[in-house]
Amino acid sequence: MYRSHVLVCGGTGCTSSNSAAIIEALEKEIEAKGLSDEIKVIRTGCFGLCALGPIMIVYPEGCFYSQVQVEDVPEIVEEHLLKGRMVKRLLYDETVHAGDAIKSLNETNFYKKQKRVALRNCGVIDPENIDEYIAYDGYQALAKCLTEYTPEQVIDIVKRSGLRGRGGGGFPTGRKWELAAMNKADQKYVVCNADEGDPGAFMDRSVLEGDPHCIVEAMAICGYAVGATEGYVYVRAEYPIAVKRLQKAIVDARAYGLLGNDLFGSGFDFDLHVRLGAGAFVCGEETALMTSIEGNRGEPRPRPPYPAVKGLFGKPTTENNVETFANVPQIILNGPEYFSSMGTEKSKGTKVFALGGKINNTGLVEIPMGTTLREIIEEIGGGIPNGKKFKAAQTGGPSGGCIPADLIDTPIDYDNLTAIGCMMGSGGLIVMDEDNCMVDIAKFFLDFTVDESCGKCSPCRIGTKRMREILEKITSGKGTLEDIDKLEELAHYIKENSLCGLGQTAPNPVLSTLKFFRDEYIAHVVDKRCPAGVCKALLNYYIDPDKCIGCGLCARACPVGAISGSIKSPHVIDVMKCIKCGACMDKCKKIKAISKR
Amino acid sequence: MLKKISKIPFKGTPEQEAKLRKVIDECKHDKSLLMHVMQQAQQIYDYLPFEVQVMIADGMDIPLEKVYGVSTFYAQFALSPKGKYKVSVCLGTACYVKGSQEILDRICERLEVEPDECTPDGVFSVEACRCIGACGLAPVMMVNDEVYGKITADDVDGILDKYME
Repeated sequence: MYRSHVLVCGGTGCTSSNSAAIIEALEKEIEAKGLSDEIKVIRTGCFGLCALGPIMIVYPEGCFYSQVQVEDVPEIVEEHLLKGRMVKRLLYDETVHAGDAIKSLNETNFYKKQKRVALRNCGVIDPENIDEYIAYDGYQALAKCLTEYTPEQVIDIVKRSGLRGRGGGGFPTGRKWELAAMNKADQKYVVCNADEGDPGAFMDRSVLEGDPHCIVEAMAICGYAVGATEGYVYVRAEYPIAVKRLQKAIVDARAYGLLGNDLFGSGFDFDLHVRLGAGAFVCGEETALMTSIEGNRGEPRPRPPYPAVKGLFGKPTTENNVETFANVPQIILNGPEYFSSMGTEKSKGTKVFALGGKINNTGLVEIPMGTTLREIIEEIGGGIPNGKKFKAAQTGGPSGGCIPADLIDTPIDYDNLTAIGCMMGSGGLIVMDEDNCMVDIAKFFLDFTVDESCGKCSPCRIGTKRMREILEKITSGKGTLEDIDKLEELAHYIKENSLCGLGQTAPNPVLSTLKFFRDEYIAHVVDKRCPAGVCKALLNYYIDPDKCIGCGLCARACPVGAISGSIKSPHVIDVMKCIKCGACMDKCKKIKAISKR
Repeated sequence: MLKKISKIPFKGTPEQEAKLRKVIDECKHDKSLLMHVMQQAQQIYDYLPFEVQVMIADGMDIPLEKVYGVSTFYAQFALSPKGKYKVSVCLGTACYVKGSQEILDRICERLEVEPDECTPDGVFSVEACRCIGACGLAPVMMVNDEVYGKITADDVDGILDKYME
């Protein structure tokens, strides 16, 4: 028995800010103080509040230390672990009551509105220890399925839960399983899509890093339900920690007889393989992913035939993404009503979002479907930094769209998002403030899709390039009103005629910004002005005469001699000569008299 | 995706080749393991020069055209060598909205290279990378495996100075 457990986040976010060194220092320090038998250090998955990383939680007190540095470790060990006095300066201030008492994490704004189903074990257990997973009801759902339910009953439970695919489209999961189960074949496959390509999204990674066994278990359940004996997890090579933990989970599960032959004495065999992606966004599309597992260029295939009929290696295949699978064991254990009691009419359960961009609490949040964007941004996310104004939230990455400020009270679920031309996507939620230019953002996503288009079908390969060219024209101040119409027409054409999901959704960022921020496009085209001050070609540098002290630094830095003025009196920039290099502004950092506008 | 193909002569060692042969022998029974073999080969050689692709094609009994096709399809496979220090800047959405493009520009300016290029002395290579998933630290740059988060363009010089020889 240990008298105290110290949980340190070992997710990618905190590892990047050096949590591995903290764990090492902690273990050393604990040993030096002779506390090794009393205190256990555990490296967990993501706690969610990445903005405050590296994070450490000490139980039983539940002390939440944020932004811990290696130098803080001796103090924590000496004061807290040895003498029992909390290190107040490191406590997350939201967890401290006025009278110095500690509040439960669940009472803080960040966690209060969250409901953790898919992430229930993240930041709670040691992901590399199968016994900890089992202690938290792990593999019980699989046992229950294999010993109490027929495959049809399992499918029925998943169907009744109302679970829909969390990877983007929102197809009902139970229905997907049923379709694969109906097809007779000598071999079937289960595939887990962990190729999380959406830039700015890290939900699936956090689940794999924080709770890899739950994916192993859910895939075995799916295998039993559809009649598959083999499964593949296709995971991004950019996620080394996730890959390592998943591989260890599979090895450990095999050693415990939870993967392999005759699971739980039921006669059901199931085993898993891991395949690494190699950085191609299109491989997140289900048919492209299967082509890639087969060792080819990851190009999508036309559907039908659907994967449920003819998928991986030509056999019936069921593919779900990580978060979808992560919900399955809980649905089996607690019953479908438990899951369907959360959420809205057509979108049940919870959804994990990776909250990023211009927001105070960047991190991972899991909320019941139907929570409004306002609650996510203002309460959970803690608002926009530096007192800036919220402008839009982007969901669905390069396939999605923007939710503008006046729709901030939209309850988030599949259908509401689709209705406003957005999409749930995998769950990246990027917050933008008044300093972000929406035309520039549209161009950013087009850059991405042009780069990632596989080239198989021409609407996507050629069309997205032309769209990017038009956007470039607009952001460099050479656009016309006609270009905006052309852009819109082309967008609709690509949407209707592309082969796969990538092409069909590639114009969404443009269509959605055109819908909600058309005035910004017009400002670029007609007034030759970028309202947010982002598009370089449209900016003019300006010296505020009230602030300028006439030091002359800027004039000396200017490579084209566009700045004139005599010493100790305000200088001026000749906009005709200015090449907009920004050198003057760099020099004027202290006084801040030069601005772009 | 357009890729820069290196003109630097191939300098493989017999040890490297032995390692690669071993990987190929373990995997040649299953052609779907091609990408796995190529990933291993890239770990051994740091990139996938033409000569290595020929070895893989012969060893796996897969047409060279297909190996080349796969190597140019996926962003991870490099056809030109990387520098001793791989500098990468995340251009994922979360980093982009916080100004990572400016950071990349500053690095390229300082090292006098374009993205995906290597400095002539082979010390630094620069690339724009996809989301590395440390969005809480945005904007992020990496030098080899060292992550620098919450940086601004002004921090670039200081970071690069640490690696200057």
